[in-house]
Amino acid sequence: MGWVLFFLLPSLLGLLVFIAFPVISSLVLSFHEWDLLSPARFVGLENFKEIISSNDFWSALGHTLYFIAGYLPSVIAISLGVAVLLNQRLRGLSIYRAAFFVPVVSAWVAVALLWKWILNPRFGLLNYALALIGIEGPAWLFDPASAMPAVILTSVWKDTGFLTVMFLAGLQGIPTAYYEAASIDGANAWHRFWRVTLPLLSPTVFFAMVISLINSFQVFDQIWIMTSGGPAGATTVLVERIVKNAFSYSRMGYASALSWMLFLIIFGVTFVQMRAQKKWVVYD
Amino acid sequence: MTREALNNGSSTPLRRVKRATLYVAVVTLSLVMIIPLLWMLSTSLKGDQYVLRMPPQFLPSPATFSSYKQLVELLPIGRMFLNSLFVALATTVGQLLTGSMAAYAFSRMRFRGSGVLFLIYLGTLMIPFQVTITPLFVLMRVFGWINTYQAIILPGVFTAFGTFLLRQFFMTIPRELEEAAFIDGASHWTIFWRIILPLSKPALATLGVFAFMASWNAYLWPLFVLNNTTMMTLPVGLASLHGRYLTRWNLVMAGSVITIIPMLIVYLLAQKHFVRGVALTGLKQ
Repeated sequence: MGWVLFFLLPSLLGLLVFIAFPVISSLVLSFHEWDLLSPARFVGLENFKEIISSNDFWSALGHTLYFIAGYLPSVIAISLGVAVLLNQRLRGLSIYRAAFFVPVVSAWVAVALLWKWILNPRFGLLNYALALIGIEGPAWLFDPASAMPAVILTSVWKDTGFLTVMFLAGLQGIPTAYYEAASIDGANAWHRFWRVTLPLLSPTVFFAMVISLINSFQVFDQIWIMTSGGPAGATTVLVERIVKNAFSYSRMGYASALSWMLFLIIFGVTFVQMRAQKKWVVYD
Repeated sequence: MTREALNNGSSTPLRRVKRATLYVAVVTLSLVMIIPLLWMLSTSLKGDQYVLRMPPQFLPSPATFSSYKQLVELLPIGRMFLNSLFVALATTVGQLLTGSMAAYAFSRMRFRGSGVLFLIYLGTLMIPFQVTITPLFVLMRVFGWINTYQAIILPGVFTAFGTFLLRQFFMTIPRELEEAAFIDGASHWTIFWRIILPLSKPALATLGVFAFMASWNAYLWPLFVLNNTTMMTLPVGLASLHGRYLTRWNLVMAGSVITIIPMLIVYLLAQKHFVRGVALTGLKQ
């Protein structure tokens, strides 16, 4: 028993202090009002009631869903496409893979600043390139209508490499015999993709969707750097609301309640995904 | 289509055209990924008067390191680099050590409640960091840890993810080796340190590179516990630079280059561990 304690104690203590205790405190805090200065005051479900009835929360949730609706299908489809291309026994695979993976290992702060510069309406590279083909680019981060698309574009660019490498590993696990059999049966490339690749890759695609969805509900770094929720509140998202309430307005209880709402939403959506997977994910 | 055509791309003119199209597509897509990063580098090497020039200069002429020199004067970049390095290394070592010790207990020792405890470990993985951030911040204030290394390192060390990953790996190591060592009177620590860990180098390396990367690039948490410039890690310092010199893009891009170059070097050195780590994530359902 002494040895068990010896091996478990460091991680157990750490998890207690840095995860279990904060989780419980956060739950308790969510029923209180506390500005860090005066003593905390118990308010029951007031924080949650305020959240449900506030425009602030619903518009942040709306923007988060807008982000997800733009980001998730694009990043999955693009990285799946790139992975299929890279899986064609190309020469120099590790070079292409590195090209796609460099944004993945780069800090979000650096990537967000880079794209803020590229998306600059007057001096940015993107609008310059668009002008060359006769398109007048939007004001991107300065226009409420184009700010979220700009954030989505940046996020897809950064994360494509991660999913590409994941899908590539999945593709390499598909035995070539399946493709040979399909070819002999006269299937063309398009059919092979839909009838062989996609079903056999569906567990990996499912997993990619689950983790990408969880991560995109927690979108924050790029928003904070690129727009801080603006312009005119067009890109406020859930985590940005949590951070602003906790650290700018010192509303610790309200921020905690918001974070539990986020948790419930993520939990619910993941649960639904798990249930729905039977309909389309093929396990052999 | 015949079997040969499938195996050998260069047999017919049609196949050759398809092959060429494929390469053009892949190279174009790779350029889409790389050009923004080259633009970062190019901007960082421009003098102030060339940054906002239209049409943009792709190759800075004259190229100058002046924005890097200014950056060193405006921010304690060397110190920030060391902060980042120390924090990332300490987080990595801490995560590997505590994670592998717990993984050893869960995979090699029998004790009451181990199944339930392991489930609780896994359960902590479901909780988003945002749920703990508010009380964690208060805790750091109570400890008097604002603007300290331990405030950024410790919350990053304790994640059940490492324990889970390493336990899965330890389970695949055959027990014969340790049984022989036990008979020779070796302790659990000797077996852990001399047998299990050396056999687990690939898993430790994979976990290690991801722990290092997460810590090196972290922004949300360090942003709130560090407000003293000399304690800041590179991402936090870089963001504060942008806040102060909003339109000095050569300066901001120089800071970005400095922030990502060390991670690029780590990637180039440990490429296979990154690739394996991502693949593992995808295959583990």
